[in-house]
Amino acid sequence: MATSTSSVVTLHINGEKFTLPVDHRTTLLDALRERLTLTGTKKGCDQGQCGACTVLLDGRRTVSCLQLAVAAEGREITTIEGVADGDRLHPVQQAFLDLDGFQCGYCTPGQICSAIGVLREHAEGRPSAVTDDIRPEAGPPPLTPEEIRERMSGNLCRCGAYVAIVDAVAKAAADPRATGAATVSEEDVA
Amino acid sequence: MTTATTPRTGTRAPSVGTARTRVEGREKVTGAARYAGEIPFAGLVHGWLVLSTVAHGRIRALDTEPVLAMPGVLAVLDHRNAPRLNTDFASLLGMRPDPTCAVFQHGRVPHRGWPVALVLAETSEQAREAAESLVVHYEEEPHDTDFGADRPDAYRADGIMPAVTEKGDLEAELAAADVVVDAEYTTPEEHHNPMEPHAATAHWDGDRLEVFDSNQGATWVVGDLANLFSIDPATVRVRSEHVGGGFGSKGVRAHQVAAVMAASVLRRPVRVVMTRRQMFTLIGYRSPTVQRIRLGADADGRIRALEHRSLSATSTVFEFVEPSSGVARVMYDADAHRTENRVVRLDVPSPTFMRAPGEAPGSFALESAMDELAVACGQDPVALRLRNDAERGPVSGLPFASRRLSDCFREGARRFGWADRDPRPGLRRDGRWLLGTGTAAASFPAGVAPSTATVTAHPDGRFTVRIAAADIGTGARTALTLVAADALHADPERIHVRIGDSDFGPAMIAGGSMGTRSWSWAVQTAAQEVRERLALGTDIPAEGITVRANTAEAIGALTPAERHSFGAQFAEVAVDPGTGEVRVRRMLGIFAAGRIVNPLTARNQLLGGMIWGISMALHEEAVRDHASGGLVGADLAGYHVPTHADVPRIEADWIDDPDPNDPVGIKGIGEIGIVGAAAAVANAVWHATGVRHRTLPIRPDRVLSAAAREGAPDA
Amino acid sequence: MREFDYQRAADVAGAVALLGADPDSRYLGGGTNLVDLMKAGVERPARLVDIRELPLDRVESTPEGGLRIGATVTNADLAAHPEVRRRYPALAQALLAGASGQLRNMATVGGNLLQRTRCGYFTDVTRPCNKRVPGSGCPALEGEHHNHAILGASERCVAVHPSDMAVPLAAFDAVVRFETADGPGELPLTEFYPPVGDTPERETALPAGALITGVVLPPAPVAARSRYRKVRERASYAFAIGSLAAALDVRGGVVHEARLALGAVASRPWRAHAAERVLTGAPATPETYAAAADAELAAARPLPHNGYKVDLMRNLVVAVLTELAEEAAR
Repeated sequence: MATSTSSVVTLHINGEKFTLPVDHRTTLLDALRERLTLTGTKKGCDQGQCGACTVLLDGRRTVSCLQLAVAAEGREITTIEGVADGDRLHPVQQAFLDLDGFQCGYCTPGQICSAIGVLREHAEGRPSAVTDDIRPEAGPPPLTPEEIRERMSGNLCRCGAYVAIVDAVAKAAADPRATGAATVSEEDVA
Repeated sequence: MTTATTPRTGTRAPSVGTARTRVEGREKVTGAARYAGEIPFAGLVHGWLVLSTVAHGRIRALDTEPVLAMPGVLAVLDHRNAPRLNTDFASLLGMRPDPTCAVFQHGRVPHRGWPVALVLAETSEQAREAAESLVVHYEEEPHDTDFGADRPDAYRADGIMPAVTEKGDLEAELAAADVVVDAEYTTPEEHHNPMEPHAATAHWDGDRLEVFDSNQGATWVVGDLANLFSIDPATVRVRSEHVGGGFGSKGVRAHQVAAVMAASVLRRPVRVVMTRRQMFTLIGYRSPTVQRIRLGADADGRIRALEHRSLSATSTVFEFVEPSSGVARVMYDADAHRTENRVVRLDVPSPTFMRAPGEAPGSFALESAMDELAVACGQDPVALRLRNDAERGPVSGLPFASRRLSDCFREGARRFGWADRDPRPGLRRDGRWLLGTGTAAASFPAGVAPSTATVTAHPDGRFTVRIAAADIGTGARTALTLVAADALHADPERIHVRIGDSDFGPAMIAGGSMGTRSWSWAVQTAAQEVRERLALGTDIPAEGITVRANTAEAIGALTPAERHSFGAQFAEVAVDPGTGEVRVRRMLGIFAAGRIVNPLTARNQLLGGMIWGISMALHEEAVRDHASGGLVGADLAGYHVPTHADVPRIEADWIDDPDPNDPVGIKGIGEIGIVGAAAAVANAVWHATGVRHRTLPIRPDRVLSAAAREGAPDA
Repeated sequence: MREFDYQRAADVAGAVALLGADPDSRYLGGGTNLVDLMKAGVERPARLVDIRELPLDRVESTPEGGLRIGATVTNADLAAHPEVRRRYPALAQALLAGASGQLRNMATVGGNLLQRTRCGYFTDVTRPCNKRVPGSGCPALEGEHHNHAILGASERCVAVHPSDMAVPLAAFDAVVRFETADGPGELPLTEFYPPVGDTPERETALPAGALITGVVLPPAPVAARSRYRKVRERASYAFAIGSLAAALDVRGGVVHEARLALGAVASRPWRAHAAERVLTGAPATPETYAAAADAELAAARPLPHNGYKVDLMRNLVVAVLTELAEEAAR
């Protein structure tokens, strides 16, 4: 079913399968927003420079504006619409809501998806650019506000809700439900 | 706020002043909130703007034929076939519309990035590719984009305030002063960059034009669209339920006008979304400024002469004045006092209002100069400001309705630990970092404009508030819920506030820090009347009891006074003299900003403003390349706004600021946070290094170059 | 309509065969740079060959004590790898200093090496650029160039290479491995990027159609004490205006071995051999470090607005080597 400019793909999104023809030029972001009405994923820059379009791809945060939809076939895609447990908000969502970790709300889905990715990466013991001692023997760094800020820096918030966002991520990190779902596999790191 | 007991509701505590999460918060954290470019439409057409690649000249030809032959392409609109527009009218804010939004009316090109065509196609990919393939031939003319203090063609211009204010003999007072500071400060071109790009979907529903748009005021947009297209405003409906940030940029712009044009021509729904790059030339920006400040003071720091002159740029098609000297008209008095705003016309896009227009760059210059004066007088910077706190409007002579500036400084100094500060620069070290602290004053006008609102009481005890307000992230929707709750003596849970719809009647925009104040006034007035009617024991019919309020008369009856918010900003920075890196370590802002409606969202707003101040001090700068007349690196990788890592745990708080003569007592808080913030950071950089930075942003290369010039402390 | 085909490769030979000698085809890895440049119109491939599923996603120790890194290993996985953190910490730090968490999860080692300059003239197709359109001119020479090259540039092009990862790789003598239709080949990283000269459009020495399969890091005990320091115009998520990868082995107060490479100063990661020669055998003092930096930077030819980079790099060399020596002494 592929032509030189389009293909029929099956995308696995939030546990559902969607089969649709996509123009090869179509990014995952545009497929979500314009083809599947999953508009929770936001287009801020369309250039990988703001993080508003962050989704989880096989559990890892990625920017969907630089991911071609056709190349996402076969991968597990989680968008903001898929992070809550039914009506029960994900702990990161709840913390953003309770602590006012947003203003205009446009970067918010990306911040939340990114934060979920951050909590998993941290739980796996991955270091960051501000981790003092990155030797594996040093063990995982404590998730200090400085660590959260560095790890969340791929998500711009022009309203400047950063202070509350960092508080929200820290609060969610203390909730076992926020990281419990992610299984830490040796293979992911090694 | 009164808390009278009524039989309907019983005793209850006021809602205003209590922290409330946003009423639309759940929609925003789940991705359910739909913004302008996200409303689904059957048969939607995608429009892609094509912008000029020359800075000055005229369009000779557009090769539309091959583009029209591309798959999915439906039409190309340009100056040869576009519907004609009327631009001879005054907009809501009293200004003529910026011709930049009156797209495709002639073949002249006044700046690089000017809209020259709109390509319409079935999918966004087709529209984009076709737009990028459109070959436009230009007759290029020489351009002039060179902004600087020495422009002989600069002229005095009024804009939103008189160009010049003057009293006393400036030269005589300067000559008689014990201490004189005379310095020039420059701020760069800055861009709003709301996270949500400008987007509009327009469609005709019979003879009714509907526009789903991202804007700061539905009334504003309806008025401009109706005027531009010469149609009855009653036939136009503009909705903007959620708006992804505005900061002054979301009025009427090329995208709505182009979308309406195309919807009219194709008779199909049309969506036009700007790209991030296009936003850098289409939505306005803050002009660069060059400001000269002269302060003359007695040895004890009392100012006897103050001059603040500002030059900004505007386009050749529209006069917008960045009124940077306006801040001096409020902040400090002097026997000789002179302020002046000038502009120069260049082949650049039209600038516009951007968060604290005038006050943001103006306070950087004035509050840096105050810091220089403190050093020159050997005075503590806080003490200097307390000494010069004005008693009446320096220019107007009117009393201040409230002015708790000195109290902000006292409270801020106490909490920041200012008393322990050693005034000498370049002394404190933490590893590779030099540390310093700085302070600055802030003020912003507390204006208000007429608005209408309706409040409906339903038989089930619930209420609906309707007002064409815009919540661009300010928390206005939640604030209005609390204001209505108190006026109705009802629980906020029983109140549904509907906003962002021009059908709700005329209302002020979310701008000038006037939105929540203006809307609250209208909502409170209507709600109070509803409560009074209900108190009479009236039965509520099925359709409810609706009261409409219009605040025009009440606002006109306000006693003349200088009405402003005030604040004191404190910052601590670390500077690595070896690399030029500057980091803000902590920051505190204490504000006197009227009645705080919702402490949760208010703190967020104030902090957001302060972060804009950090950004202005250290990051933001659009770089114009004069060979092409355009910007270089016009995207979010080239134009830096702060990341999480740039923002430490900063604090904002407030002191009581009552104004008994004001019926609502609410002041705007969207802009005061940025005012003075950049100066506080720059003053802290001086304290850390001993080097004065009068050019923003304080980039690493500027720190290194300045240190090399001035011989700052060694690395 | 322009042809735009997409194919997935199952193995290395298949990928190379799919791409063939077609100059309009590109390998697609993480896509973080290629897809961006396609949107900007800088890259206009007619076909993408997706290599993300190739079995090149392993990081393995070599028998000699080095590392073999597959081309599709993501920047994030490489930075998190225990052996990288243990044996080549500057490499992990460089990776972590690059881009954002999201982009590091997508970007691959091969793609990182091939990323194009972020010069604002290169990425804007409405501007002249000798790298993008040979012979069209270089507006950066007289225009905006405060973050352009001070070393090894030419009158044709003054753009800098944006990679952080490549800087420690250059310091640690990495070798790039690739596959062509004619079989495998390899290039030391320091030869992978040719001098700018008159051909700024020629960015690598890779043969046409070659697929990078991986990078081999030879054993380098000195790298165990190494550091990457990046200076940028905000605290995170920004390209470097100057960076340094340094490794230092001090014995008895004398520099036994040193490795230095500078980033964001040239069209390629700049291995500082001249500085290393000054350091080796000299007393481990700030004076030595400064002399080493001066030896390397003697060749600097700054433009009117990027002279600060000379001071910046000199300060960085002294500061980072001092820190490394102090750590060793602890």
